Amino acid sequence: MGLCIEVRDGGKTYASARGPVTALAHVGLEVREGEFLSLLGPSGCGKSTLLRAIAGLDPLTAGTITLRGAPITRPPERMGMVFQRDVLLDWRSIRDNVLLAAELQGLPRHAHEARAMALLERFGLGDFADRHPWELSGGMRQRAAICRALLCEPDILLMDEPFGALDAMTRDDLNLELSRIQQDGGRTVVFVTHSIAEAVYLSDRVAVMSTGPGRVVEVFDINLPRPRPLALRETPEFAVHVAAIRGLFSRLGIVKD
Amino acid sequence: MASSSRAQGIAGTLAVLVGLILIWEAAVLFFAPPPILLPAPSAILAELWSSPRYFLRHAGFTLWTTLAGFGLSVVLGVALAVAMVASRWADRVITTILVVMNSLPKVALAPLFVIWMGTGAEPKIAIAVMLAIFSIVADVALGLRSVDPDALALARVHRATAWRILWKVRFPNALPALFVGMKVAISFALVGAIVGEFVGGSAGLGHVILIAQGQFDTVRVFAALFVLGVIGTLLFYLVEATERLALPWHVSQRNQHGVLAR
Ligand SMILES: Nc1ncnc2c1ncn2[C@@H]1O[C@H](COP(=O)(O)OP(=O)(O)OP(=O)(O)O)[C@@H](O)[C@H]1O
Ligand SMILES: [Mg+2]
Repeated sequence: MGLCIEVRDGGKTYASARGPVTALAHVGLEVREGEFLSLLGPSGCGKSTLLRAIAGLDPLTAGTITLRGAPITRPPERMGMVFQRDVLLDWRSIRDNVLLAAELQGLPRHAHEARAMALLERFGLGDFADRHPWELSGGMRQRAAICRALLCEPDILLMDEPFGALDAMTRDDLNLELSRIQQDGGRTVVFVTHSIAEAVYLSDRVAVMSTGPGRVVEVFDINLPRPRPLALRETPEFAVHVAAIRGLFSRLGIVKD
Repeated sequence: MASSSRAQGIAGTLAVLVGLILIWEAAVLFFAPPPILLPAPSAILAELWSSPRYFLRHAGFTLWTTLAGFGLSVVLGVALAVAMVASRWADRVITTILVVMNSLPKVALAPLFVIWMGTGAEPKIAIAVMLAIFSIVADVALGLRSVDPDALALARVHRATAWRILWKVRFPNALPALFVGMKVAISFALVGAIVGEFVGGSAGLGHVILIAQGQFDTVRVFAALFVLGVIGTLLFYLVEATERLALPWHVSQRNQHGVLAR
């Protein structure tokens, strides 16, 4: 597998009112073409900061980030992003919110209408296309946000704790759907999460981050077969991966046994 | 459901107004003040009834200068707000000019406008704009600025140009604020038009009041004020009705009544 995104010696210092805050220091990370990679770590370790830098939204203050060899200076083409909050626009119907991805890029709406509907159908929102965001549940809204990110067939998908605000059952549901999407192949996903189980279930590799200052400590290979049913999470193989990562966290003093 | 409660609201408001007018009528009957101080509502209605053409003509003029001033304020105000959001420099310049303009007494400026523009509709429209534009600019600029940062990040991820962000994200986001500004501006535009009519010209309800006052025709002054009140109220509710049609998606429209009770 080729290299898609590479972060070398990445650092980020925010200038805040109370002096500089170092969010990231000496971060190294490689994301391979077509893989699902999770960034896992405690709150404040700089996951969002790193993801936003990869997205070309907020540049790093040290080091380099490259996409297929070229430095990322602004949001690259064919990239989709899902945020922790769904960021649906209240004045647009669900269908129009999905189509916003095309409109913002200046692509013709009509060329994407069929795909928007197909995506909404696939995510169980077909009957809600003409509803407005406030008429939907949190899980449905986040599904719509994922449809929006997928509309223009991105080959890189960045997700910043997309399921963080959802209840456990809805979260399971969306984990399953996301892992199905990943089955379609050809898409590189960088996924931020707090949950070890979620990271293991979804990922090909899990990059564990730590605070003080934020950095990538270790990358775990998750060689569990795909497709992955939800029941995989009750198997011993799954537990082995979870235990390995939890072990690292307790050695880092992030979780107590 | 919503429309029947709205009908109830309108009926209630009218009932209160009619009640107040009846109290006024009764008080005038009872205390019998000289009509030159306070005429009875029935006398005011009779005055309107006796020369409907006269009042319609002058009300029409006031309405047209008010609407022209209001329309210009909206168009100019939105353009200025966009410029303010687009450039820090424009923001400084426009804010300063508006603050200076807003702190000058319009009544004192009105004669200048008559000197510059004559006694037709133009100075009235200009004064209406001067009064009304401030709230439009201030509210729209706030609305354009207070966009969810994540929505802007989303737009940037999709490589949207600044104009497209303005059109697809910022502007719709500012619409509720625009309506807040318009509800204030419509009343100010009416006041501006009347101020203009007080200073010069030969048409409009302001002119009617001025002439009638010179002749101690208190009934006619009150009749003109009554028409003015009706116009102001109708214009306000017209803006509000437009808001309901334009912003069905906004929280303020979805859950409007009894909010504080919950
Ligand atoms: N705009 C900013 N200005 C100053 N400091 C910031 C800013 N954004 C983030 N930080 C700091 O940088 C550090 C990393 O923040 P970041 O949001 O990347 O963490 P995170 O890993 O995403 O946390 P969480 O899991 O809670 O979302 C934190 O200490 C935070 O206080
Ligand atoms: Mg975060």
